[in-house]
Amino acid sequence: MSDVLVVGAGIVGAACAYYLSRAGVRVTVLDAGPIAGGTSSSGEGNLLVSDKPPGPELDLALRSARRWEEIAEDLGADPIEYERKGGLMVAGTAAEQERVAALAAGQRAVGVAVTELAGDRLADYEPRLVGGLAGGAYYPQDAQVQPMLATAHLLRGLDVRCGTRVEAIETGPGGAVIGVRAAGATRLRADAVVNATGVAGGELAATAGTRLPIAPRRGFILVTAPVAGSPIRHKVYAAGYLGGVASDDAGLQSSLVVEGTKAGTVLIGSSRERVGFDPAYPLPVLRRIAAQAVALFPFLAAVPVLRAYRGFRPYTPDHLPVIGPDPRVPGLWHACGHEGAGIGLAPATGALIADLVTGADPGFDPAPFSLARFT
Amino acid sequence: MNHDVAVVGAGPAGLATAVTAARAGCRVALLDSAPRLGGQFWRHGASESSGREHQAWSVFAALRADLLDSEVDYTAAAAVWFVESTPDGFRLQVTGHPPVRARRLVVATGAYDRALPFPGWDLPGVVTPGAAQALLKGSGVAVGARVVVAGAGPFLLPVATGLLAAGARVAGVYEAGEPLRYARRPGAIALGKLAEAARYAATLARHRVPYRTGHAVVAAHGESAVSSVEVGRLDRHGAVVSGSRRSIGCDAVTVGYGFTPQLELPLALGCGTWLDVDGSLVLEVDVAGRTTVPGVYAAGEVTGVGGADLALTEGRLVGAVVALASGRRSPYPDSVLTRMLDRRASQRRFARLMHEVHAPPAGWPSWLDDSTLVCRCEEVPLARVRAAVTDLGATDARTVRGLCRTGMGWCQGRTCGYATAALTARLGGRALTAADLVAYARRPIAQPVPLAELAGPADQSGGKRYRPA
Ligand SMILES: Cc1cc2nc3c(=O)[nH]c(=O)nc-3n(C[C@H](O)[C@H](O)[C@H](O)COP(=O)(O)OP(=O)(O)OC[C@H]3O[C@@H](n4cnc5c(N)ncnc54)[C@H](O)[C@@H]3O)c2cc1C
Ligand SMILES: Cc1cc2nc3c(=O)[nH]c(=O)nc-3n(C[C@H](O)[C@H](O)[C@H](O)COP(=O)(O)OP(=O)(O)OC[C@H]3O[C@@H](n4cnc5c(N)ncnc54)[C@H](O)[C@@H]3O)c2cc1C
Repeated sequence: MSDVLVVGAGIVGAACAYYLSRAGVRVTVLDAGPIAGGTSSSGEGNLLVSDKPPGPELDLALRSARRWEEIAEDLGADPIEYERKGGLMVAGTAAEQERVAALAAGQRAVGVAVTELAGDRLADYEPRLVGGLAGGAYYPQDAQVQPMLATAHLLRGLDVRCGTRVEAIETGPGGAVIGVRAAGATRLRADAVVNATGVAGGELAATAGTRLPIAPRRGFILVTAPVAGSPIRHKVYAAGYLGGVASDDAGLQSSLVVEGTKAGTVLIGSSRERVGFDPAYPLPVLRRIAAQAVALFPFLAAVPVLRAYRGFRPYTPDHLPVIGPDPRVPGLWHACGHEGAGIGLAPATGALIADLVTGADPGFDPAPFSLARFT
Repeated sequence: MNHDVAVVGAGPAGLATAVTAARAGCRVALLDSAPRLGGQFWRHGASESSGREHQAWSVFAALRADLLDSEVDYTAAAAVWFVESTPDGFRLQVTGHPPVRARRLVVATGAYDRALPFPGWDLPGVVTPGAAQALLKGSGVAVGARVVVAGAGPFLLPVATGLLAAGARVAGVYEAGEPLRYARRPGAIALGKLAEAARYAATLARHRVPYRTGHAVVAAHGESAVSSVEVGRLDRHGAVVSGSRRSIGCDAVTVGYGFTPQLELPLALGCGTWLDVDGSLVLEVDVAGRTTVPGVYAAGEVTGVGGADLALTEGRLVGAVVALASGRRSPYPDSVLTRMLDRRASQRRFARLMHEVHAPPAGWPSWLDDSTLVCRCEEVPLARVRAAVTDLGATDARTVRGLCRTGMGWCQGRTCGYATAALTARLGGRALTAADLVAYARRPIAQPVPLAELAGPADQSGGKRYRPA
């Protein structure tokens, strides 16, 4: 019998299982589908500090950045395609550049490495950028992993059961968790269950009679044909990106990230819309992302797009994840709702869950991530 | 203009659909990415005389004449790269042309060759029969001077005789299936098919071309291009019988194991699919050619690989069905429609038998070694696919793609999708499923399109200079 059941084999569940098992806990991971078959396979792998204003999320991102480095040493950087590539935020107008500078000043104060750049310096970093931009900022800590490989390697050697949908979290007479009921009426027993089911987090929580406010936020990414000569060297963001990340507007937002991959393809992401699980690929959204990318990198105009793909980010009303114990159901832990930053935030999330479950001191105050904030 | 029906694909199926629907009074748009009418079957060059040696050319000539006589709004060199459903039908985005709107959509996008990997298949000179045929039909050029033709299916025979007619030598035809099994079900074969096969056999015999069944090309060798292939006899499971390998010199080899239907557009619209007996992902259609999505119809190879005759029959039927659905009179009397339905049923029965006889040999993965590339675009060897399953825990083909990049390059899985899906299933000790194939067939952007064209008219893109969103 295992001590802890982790439900969800996405990046977050994998990181929880990884840190729990390193803490000596016996873990079993259950997923309805394959490993990394959810949102973790339908986004990008940016590990960003640049897009976060000072606050609890940035703190978590900085902790996570250090943990990703450790993971890359433990598992190897190549197998998970970990790379500290650096990010370049660019601003189109003087007003935008002022906002970039103000953000950078705040971030620097809490330990982010950042260099502000005048418009004429941008070409040193990205020679193929459009001319006439007002300025920007360079973030050397921004890194990336390949999310599916990272998930698979974090899970390696652990007890992972794919194709096992959890139908309900089961509680005993005192209301505490006693295990789960999985598809086919199989029951697995454990005193602790970690809910790492991403966008399905609210649904699973409901089976234990508790409420977790998580909803999907759709996003699209375009992939181009391979381009010779690595024309884009860093992650490049338009400053409008920030607006897209932190807004409450239900309508379409697109916050541009353009980057080249090792294979030579260029990834262009991504849009944000709150439209439930609408499976459509609406052309206006794809057009908008494409237009923004071409405006930033004019050479892309002639490059063919090979593919578009889509994912649903798990988000909460205040855009912060829920990490920690459920206040109503003893033995139930949540690690859900990382929205567009779950890959980046996964290691710090997993480590925090491991500390809380084993009663260790996490070394920082987890209150901003507590589910209690919504009750 | 808003059409009653848009037909995508101007091969036998799409041509027949368009002509039939137009005859019944429908306003029809016909789109094909190729520069000329005819699809794969009647692919031909620019010259007037080109194509006359094709099978059933007179059928094509009549269809083409009917089309030119009709009001069909035909656009050549028009690749449909995106489809959307709208409140009153469908809107198609077409490279280099304005969007096309229609109330109903007929998918007649055909199929392309199904490749299986083997050691050396990435050498120049190793091509699919379809590519060899396209070169021959399109520009009258043979792929090599001494060519080995291999794989499975009746299609190998016209490829071999076509090469002979173009002056190439054919060093042998190696059919992995056992066509003698046709003899056990004589009723299923139309006389025309038998006569056709006999003509091919006679041509091969006249040129002293060896024809072997139960044999496959299991490796290709060469420095900068193929210079020889290894041919082996297959046992019941498709593994090579030991001691049966021998080497054959050649400067080109064509290898293909049936066809893969082209399903980007219907998958983007959410049409249901199933796994056909030949292991192809095909559209779920009813007797009237209706897919599971209202307003979307399908004809030809996309409903199940079955050859040009079946594609023609289905095209005519679907043309009549969409005409009726559009409130027009049927272009055929009921008795003719009934006969067509019967003909289609018997052609489908023949297709089924064909798939049984020419199934891809189950043991093909045993021909590979660890370094054999499964995905050529991204250079992914068998060892990495195996590791994704046995070491990293992938249980399905989509996860394999994410873990080792099969199908992420130029071809987007068009070439390696079937092989990767079949390998994944086999390594996991289970049967291939439709879901495995869907993972490699779903491409919302159906054809590569330049970013500027995707972005739309320049005035919408905010001009050259970057402006905040
Ligand atoms: C377009 C896009 C771009 C993105 N880009 C980035 C980026 O650059 N950087 C970044 O950090 N983040 C990015 N993200 C966000 C990131 O992908 C997510 O935050 C992250 O993947 C969430 O991981 P997860 O493990 O919580 O969820 P998931 O990966 O969805 O995993 C949840 C798992 O739970 C399983 N499950 C659900 N219900 C059950 C049940 N009842 N029983 C058993 N199993 C169940 C599911 O099958 C699934 O495998 C992006 C997202 C999108 C959509
Ligand atoms: C390369 C090749 C050569 C062949 N040669 C022979 C032969 O010699 N003898 C024989 O008996 N059988 C041959 N076959 C099989 C035969 O062609 C098919 O049985 C028959 O053509 C099927 O007719 P169809 O109308 O379903 O599809 P097709 O004839 O394949 O027609 C489909 C058409 O759709 C178009 N199309 C596809 N996608 C799009 C899109 N997104 N936008 C616009 N247009 C699109 C294609 O350009 C094509 O013209 C060949 C098959 C292939 C693939």
